[in-house]
Amino acid sequence: MDSQIKGVSTGTTILAVTFNGGVIIGSDSRASIGGSYVSSKTINKLIQVHDRIFCCIAGSLADAQAVTKAAKFQISFHSIQMESPPLVKAAASVLKELCYNNKEELQAGFITAGWDRKKGPQVYTVALGGMLLSQPFTIGGSGSTYIYGYADAKYKPDMSKEECLQFATNALALAMGRDNVSGGVAHLVVITEEGVEHMVIPGDKLPKFHDE
Amino acid sequence: MAVYMSASHSENAFNTHDFVPEWAHEEVSTGTTILAVEFDGGVVIGADSRTTTGSYIANRVTDKLTPIHDHIFCCRSGSAADTQAVADAVTYQLGFHSIELDEPPLVQTAANLFKQMCYRYREELMAGIIVAGWDKRRGGQVYTVPMGGMIVRQPVSVGGSGSSYIYGFMDSNYKPGMTKEECLHFCTQALALAMERDGSSGGVARLAAITEEGLERLVVLGNQLPKFSNA
Repeated sequence: MDSQIKGVSTGTTILAVTFNGGVIIGSDSRASIGGSYVSSKTINKLIQVHDRIFCCIAGSLADAQAVTKAAKFQISFHSIQMESPPLVKAAASVLKELCYNNKEELQAGFITAGWDRKKGPQVYTVALGGMLLSQPFTIGGSGSTYIYGYADAKYKPDMSKEECLQFATNALALAMGRDNVSGGVAHLVVITEEGVEHMVIPGDKLPKFHDE
Repeated sequence: MAVYMSASHSENAFNTHDFVPEWAHEEVSTGTTILAVEFDGGVVIGADSRTTTGSYIANRVTDKLTPIHDHIFCCRSGSAADTQAVADAVTYQLGFHSIELDEPPLVQTAANLFKQMCYRYREELMAGIIVAGWDKRRGGQVYTVPMGGMIVRQPVSVGGSGSSYIYGFMDSNYKPGMTKEECLHFCTQALALAMERDGSSGGVARLAAITEEGLERLVVLGNQLPKFSNA
């Protein structure tokens, strides 16, 4: 599916995982054209749409950028009107509306993750056709196929921040190791009530597995 | 991660597809999960048990672990007809070769026989095969012969449609130097994870351990498989 995207696509691996007190959202950093040319080795797929809400993009880069730009505006407007930080669910819904109403033209999927006062850390998936789903953790992009087994086996609810970081880093490294359109560095953002922490792990510092 | 409901094939009032079920047109395939792991002293092989024709499960208790010789097995994925035919042919060839040699055959020989057939007839065949076994010269060995007819020896190999989902699990959980029990546990978990995610894999998990002593077969029923979700 990802390989049929015309133009630059984020054949990619993205994920978001809740832990005890926050959520970690992560991605690789490769953008490619048709899987044969890497047009960027260091693209950041983690877009901040509000103070404590991030989203990560998969699919057509042009579509994703257009949608997130529109969503960012709508969310900040909504936040000003409501005079309070937006709910993560609200941000995810904005993305969903855009994806669902323009489903014929768009080819982009999103994961929204963040923290809000009402429900704490949350993760939402907006799939290609505009479905919205809330999950404790989720993986997406072309590279995610290879880590379904790993994620199912290793995820535990209520992990600590360190365990969650390890889980997310390992998952990204494994997917980048098997998917040729995922690669580069691993971007990770930790979102908690206190704030937002952005980490970049270069390719050579990623965990290595038995055959590497 | 796309999710959509499939629409009917056409808008015609009398769609000929309505009178004959869709699976009657589909080829029988072992959309599947197969894997094999080497350990010191032998190999452990495993497979799910689902054979599908389209969306109909033609056989829910298939045995995809096929003996080729006393200590050599193959795990079949792809078209059920193609893999059965190729396996039968190789079984014959290997049996003949073994009698000529007056010795048990090498796993490498069996694997190369598979490769020759899969490569020569690569356009006609849809067969992804993992050959695994034990011989006196090199102990436990796993050779993978994917579609197209390449051959490569690997300490651990997964194949079939369900294999995509467990590459990450395999890369992170396999360690060289595992014991037979650890390999069995690893294989059971990997199969359970793949069967959970792949629609074309399911049923029971069949496992076999091949060592110098002989063969040991196991079946893990669906409700006894390790569970990884709250569902």
